[in-house]
Amino acid sequence: MLFNHHCSSFLEFLQQEKPELMPAARWAAASVSEGFSAETIRREYLATLAHGTTILALRYHQGVIIAGDRRATEGFQVADRRMEKVYTTDSHSAMAIAGTAGPCMEMAKLFSIELEHYEKVDGIPLSCEGKANRLAHMVKANLPMVLQGLVVVPLFVGYDHKDAQGRMFKYDIAGGRYEETDYHAVGSGGKDARITIKEHFRRNATEQDTIRIALLALLNAADEDVGTGGPDRTRRIYPTMKLVDSEGVRDVEESQVAAICEEIAASRGEDQ
Amino acid sequence: MSMPYYISPEQLMQDKAEYAKKGIAKGRSIIAMEYEHGVLFVADNPSTSLFKVSEIYDAIAFSGAGKYSEFEHLRKAGIQHADLKGFMYSRQDVTARSLANGYSQTLGTIFSQELKPFEVEILVAQVGEQAGSNELYRIAFDGTIFHDRLFSVIGGRSEALLMALRKREHSERLNHDAALTHCLEALEHVHDQKISREAVEVAVLDRTRNGRKFMRIPSTPSSVSHS
Repeated sequence: MLFNHHCSSFLEFLQQEKPELMPAARWAAASVSEGFSAETIRREYLATLAHGTTILALRYHQGVIIAGDRRATEGFQVADRRMEKVYTTDSHSAMAIAGTAGPCMEMAKLFSIELEHYEKVDGIPLSCEGKANRLAHMVKANLPMVLQGLVVVPLFVGYDHKDAQGRMFKYDIAGGRYEETDYHAVGSGGKDARITIKEHFRRNATEQDTIRIALLALLNAADEDVGTGGPDRTRRIYPTMKLVDSEGVRDVEESQVAAICEEIAASRGEDQ
Repeated sequence: MSMPYYISPEQLMQDKAEYAKKGIAKGRSIIAMEYEHGVLFVADNPSTSLFKVSEIYDAIAFSGAGKYSEFEHLRKAGIQHADLKGFMYSRQDVTARSLANGYSQTLGTIFSQELKPFEVEILVAQVGEQAGSNELYRIAFDGTIFHDRLFSVIGGRSEALLMALRKREHSERLNHDAALTHCLEALEHVHDQKISREAVEVAVLDRTRNGRKFMRIPSTPSSVSHS
């Protein structure tokens, strides 16, 4: 082969050099060597693995906003109150994850490295479309783990410099990639969040209005779904959100999120 | 029984070294200089797309002089090494020292075992959290490794450039503009001709940046664009 087509991809490199570090391979090896059938793993262990979640993304006039709650559950127990489900993946993209916590976080980490690796080797970042396709490939590669119950369903948002707009992509467990134009929400509280967004969403809304709709959707999802955590005022734990526009990715300040949560609570008379 | 031609090891190594040195001297020079906020790279390189200085990891940059195909190969290997190490352990465990050692091993092996040595000189720099903790490593074609302070030069007429750079008192680290001017003056002095800002490639490892410290500095500020 005249050209080495794999040299820009960290995943391909990992597959060649250290296949034992690939997520799916590791899980398959573990289940075989321990003599567990997929059925046993599903029955005995999956209930104890951490699950999410409500994550969502909405377009606003300058770009896209992506947000998620903070709760991770293990069966009927709260596994983590402060879990971070929204990740900055490079200077102009971010992703949020729903599913089994461990593989989810690993996919976010690997995907960030993959994007950075490509950018460093090739000298320019991947296009927005290219990033979305790369993530589809990773979700597809995760299919063996899905069959054992370890689901990872990401939401990806990025700013497309060519189209001068923010874009968002959702995925199915088989690696199917679907672009959404306005908004989407995934996870156990996803449906509740989508219903709220549908009521309030307007195209080309301001940043401020869109942050508010996103929070409203997360609060409603937390209200209806036990797997989704609402704002925890005693511990000061609030949903996390990021804005992605032509300038890059930035976090919405926790103080701002807290203030809007208070405002929503007050308008619903929760303080009275 | 026929005897193969005998060449003494001394002669063989000397020939290889001469061959490599000649190749490296034909190329253009690159200067790395510690400045107020980190490390400044100035490469005598008119191309705006084929770079001689590039990012390896958060605080680590790479620069290669000599044969493009060879140092490009080493650059990619360096990125793979750094990203793999960062994935296996943590981002803070990726260091210029281990990377420079890796290059030294690789170049040393190639020099002694391959018929044709690599005609390259490599510079690995890491910006530290304080001004005193920057690291500059220079790795020669045969794997010899040097730990430089304040400034380092590879490729082209590096000896003459070092002399020109030493003329100035380096008691303290200059600010960005002064350091750049100093590097350009040294290049002009050695080449005995005017060198415009457009004809050099400039990049920095700037400790004041968040996250990844590496940044290219285009010759015209307006040409800074998002990809």
